[in-house]
Amino acid sequence: MTRIHDPHAIDGKIVAPDEVHDIIVVGAGPAGLAAALEAARAGRSVLLIDENPVSAALAGNDVPLWFGGRATAALQAPERLIETLVETEPLIAEAFEAGIDVRLGVTAWGLWRNRDGSAALPQAMLGLTDGQRSWTAGYSALVLATGARDCALHFDGWDQPGVMGALAFGTLVSRYDAFAGRRVVILGSGDLALDTALIARARGIEVAALVEVRETAQAATALPDDLNVLTGHQVIRAEGGIDGVERVVVAPVGGAECVIACDTVILAIDMVPAIELAEVGGAAVVTEPLRGGAVIPGGAGEVLPGVWLVGAATGFVGPRAAAEAQARAVIGRLLGREDDIAPLPDTFDRMAYRAQWLRALVATSPEATMVCQCEEVSRADLIGVQPPGYLPRPEKLCARSLGTLLDDGPPDAEQVKRLTRAGMGVCQGRRCREQVSLLLAMAANLPPKSAPRGNWRVPVRPVPLGVMADTEHAEAMDAGWDVWFGIDTQWIPYRDIGTPEEARHLATLGGNMHL
Amino acid sequence: MSERYDVIVVGAGVTGLSAAWWLARDGLSVLVLDKGVVGAEASSRNGGGASHYQSPLFAEEQRLWPMMDDLLGYPTEYRAQRVIIATTPHDFDHYNYIADMCLAMGWHVDKIDGATARDMVPIAGDNCLGGIHLHFGGHANPQRTVQAYAWALQDLGGRVIQHCPVTAIETSGGQVTGVTTPRGHFSCGALVVAAGPQIAGLLAPIGIEVPLMAGRAEMIVTEPAPLMKLGGVDGNGLYGRQTMRGNLAFGGGPHEWIETQPEGPRARPTTPLSRSLARRVAELFPRAAHLNVIRSWAGIVENTPDGRPILDRIDNLVIATMSGVGFGLSPATGHAIRDLVVDGACSFTDITKLSLARFAGIDPDWRAAAGWLPLTAA
Repeated sequence: MTRIHDPHAIDGKIVAPDEVHDIIVVGAGPAGLAAALEAARAGRSVLLIDENPVSAALAGNDVPLWFGGRATAALQAPERLIETLVETEPLIAEAFEAGIDVRLGVTAWGLWRNRDGSAALPQAMLGLTDGQRSWTAGYSALVLATGARDCALHFDGWDQPGVMGALAFGTLVSRYDAFAGRRVVILGSGDLALDTALIARARGIEVAALVEVRETAQAATALPDDLNVLTGHQVIRAEGGIDGVERVVVAPVGGAECVIACDTVILAIDMVPAIELAEVGGAAVVTEPLRGGAVIPGGAGEVLPGVWLVGAATGFVGPRAAAEAQARAVIGRLLGREDDIAPLPDTFDRMAYRAQWLRALVATSPEATMVCQCEEVSRADLIGVQPPGYLPRPEKLCARSLGTLLDDGPPDAEQVKRLTRAGMGVCQGRRCREQVSLLLAMAANLPPKSAPRGNWRVPVRPVPLGVMADTEHAEAMDAGWDVWFGIDTQWIPYRDIGTPEEARHLATLGGNMHL
Repeated sequence: MSERYDVIVVGAGVTGLSAAWWLARDGLSVLVLDKGVVGAEASSRNGGGASHYQSPLFAEEQRLWPMMDDLLGYPTEYRAQRVIIATTPHDFDHYNYIADMCLAMGWHVDKIDGATARDMVPIAGDNCLGGIHLHFGGHANPQRTVQAYAWALQDLGGRVIQHCPVTAIETSGGQVTGVTTPRGHFSCGALVVAAGPQIAGLLAPIGIEVPLMAGRAEMIVTEPAPLMKLGGVDGNGLYGRQTMRGNLAFGGGPHEWIETQPEGPRARPTTPLSRSLARRVAELFPRAAHLNVIRSWAGIVENTPDGRPILDRIDNLVIATMSGVGFGLSPATGHAIRDLVVDGACSFTDITKLSLARFAGIDPDWRAAAGWLPLTAA
């Protein structure tokens, strides 16, 4: 039978990408740069994009890292920041020289592929933006070197300027030269905390203390003797004034409180693999406590047809040289070589460490402490599965809780998100999704490995309507555009069905109706 | 011996749960079975509209919605009324025709000019030519509403079992006797099948052909905008609402016909259609064009060949599909299904034109004839 075209269906309406590249590498960190250079040296044509420098508006929303209001006004001058980025990372210049199309300040916010549930695309494509407009880009091979995100955990006073993540701190200090603090307290004592302390000291930023909830320091190497490391300590609260943090109060378990003056508290407990693009592209996600939580199965390599994952986004943690070697090996495979991709190095149970920290912070903070800052959801309301403050809480609703939901089945992060709004704000859950996940697991007596998680959606960065808007292909998309399925008989008033009025409505309205 | 209920409802979507709640209000023992979580499919993924005045159920829906928070005991975020604003002369004429159609049905509509529209919708722009203000219809929060039905049902002693797909319907002597699930058999006096796209696959083995085709539709949502007086705003080929939090949630545009899987959709991907939705929202609300889009999503809905519901009873089986427009009508749909189960006929309106029998003898290739076929990947 000849196929009759439904003019209101998506068939053929999504046009070819605005540009098509041989290899696109997303992320110009150590792994991304190594991957791009390896591919370029093999004669391949490479587009390398990096969202840095991010706009002041995004950074103000703690996207993509938890900047915590501690960036200087340097973020308002992106041209100068690009120069700083190039100065602080010599391989970027090398990439330019190798003929790589390097574009800084360009963000990949979407990845669409034909897969279960959709076959509407002429080919797989990324959604890109430079902050002014957006466009699509196709590829023969896509290398995701999207790195890691900060792992935020709540405590009393965490929702004020000056509480931030270790990766944001490292970016502001080492890549942007735009950190506004002078004296920091670091939470955690593992390798990430040690790296953070060394970055601070190298820039003359005073490290007042490292605070560790466990009884011993967690770094693989010995900490410098002159670092003030408070093991077996809990964070009681951060206190401050109009400019945010001014001091943090800590105490050994059951011991006397101790006040440490500082302008910044850096959470360096853990980082989270940045799997946003891989997930929205259709990759499966599993929770691997040794790899930092939610990760793509298989680690470094081809995770989807034509989509390759390298670097910290795989859950890799380790020295830069190892990340670069891993990325080069993955590109070797992409090029058809038989390179051995080193297995991820042994690490420790990162989710157990995170969970131990979270339990300690829960123990010292009031249950009214906000867990989701964007939507102002307190820990009590999260676990109570209560609605936001603008809704009434009738008696029956107050009697509901996560406990009553658990009677219906295992905890479902999406369901709890919809009811409480935790994670539905403009930071897209970057400051709360890991802790919400762990809090739900704890409340349900599940191990961290079974913690329920919310998924990522496009756009994986907030993008303004006017920027995301596709104005160039309106004609193709508008042909047959309909509010809802375009079934004309759907919109005939019931009483008019089968009357002459029906024919008049059909002739005048067609299927195009509001709902 | 399997557990026995007066009524089993297949599908914990908004239609099945409302029906179950209405039946439980009658004192019947009710069990709702779902392949996944309460309201996980189209019931929680729609635009929240409650303005389908074409339906015979609409008057009852409008009577019930203002009472639903109290009746259920949980907030639904229901807000009355809608405004539809035009940005082109074509749309302006189109909306005015709709206004006349509604006025002829006795519904109160005001035709408004651009200045009035901008006063009601401050994020509209100079391109707004006016539109129509419906003093009826409205919108609610789908996610909160579907959970409210489930909780209200439980409060009345009804039971919901999640992650429990029905794999077979058992019959004897032309009557449904129960259902098979991975958790065993459940027997019933009556069965309501409100399983969305999966209805056809569930009923075919007992010899009932239900003509349905599933389609995928997409929406986007922004960060919050300042609250407008009236959150239900449509226009420019879009449907949607401003949530009580302030977010603008809008959908529209082309759908994708897809294969139905017996176990439900394997995935609900979005496409670059998001960018066209963003363009149209920015055109409709120029003063909100700076707002960040923070999520997009897709939902899978079933459609009948004429886009109208099937609400019908065959012996002790009730079939319920709302053909893609089910959320807003749900308070009344549940009432109608309750009537069909208990009394055999709807007590408050005529729904005879929604019978399954209207599709008797339909061309087996009706999907191809309409062009409602899934795409094959390039």
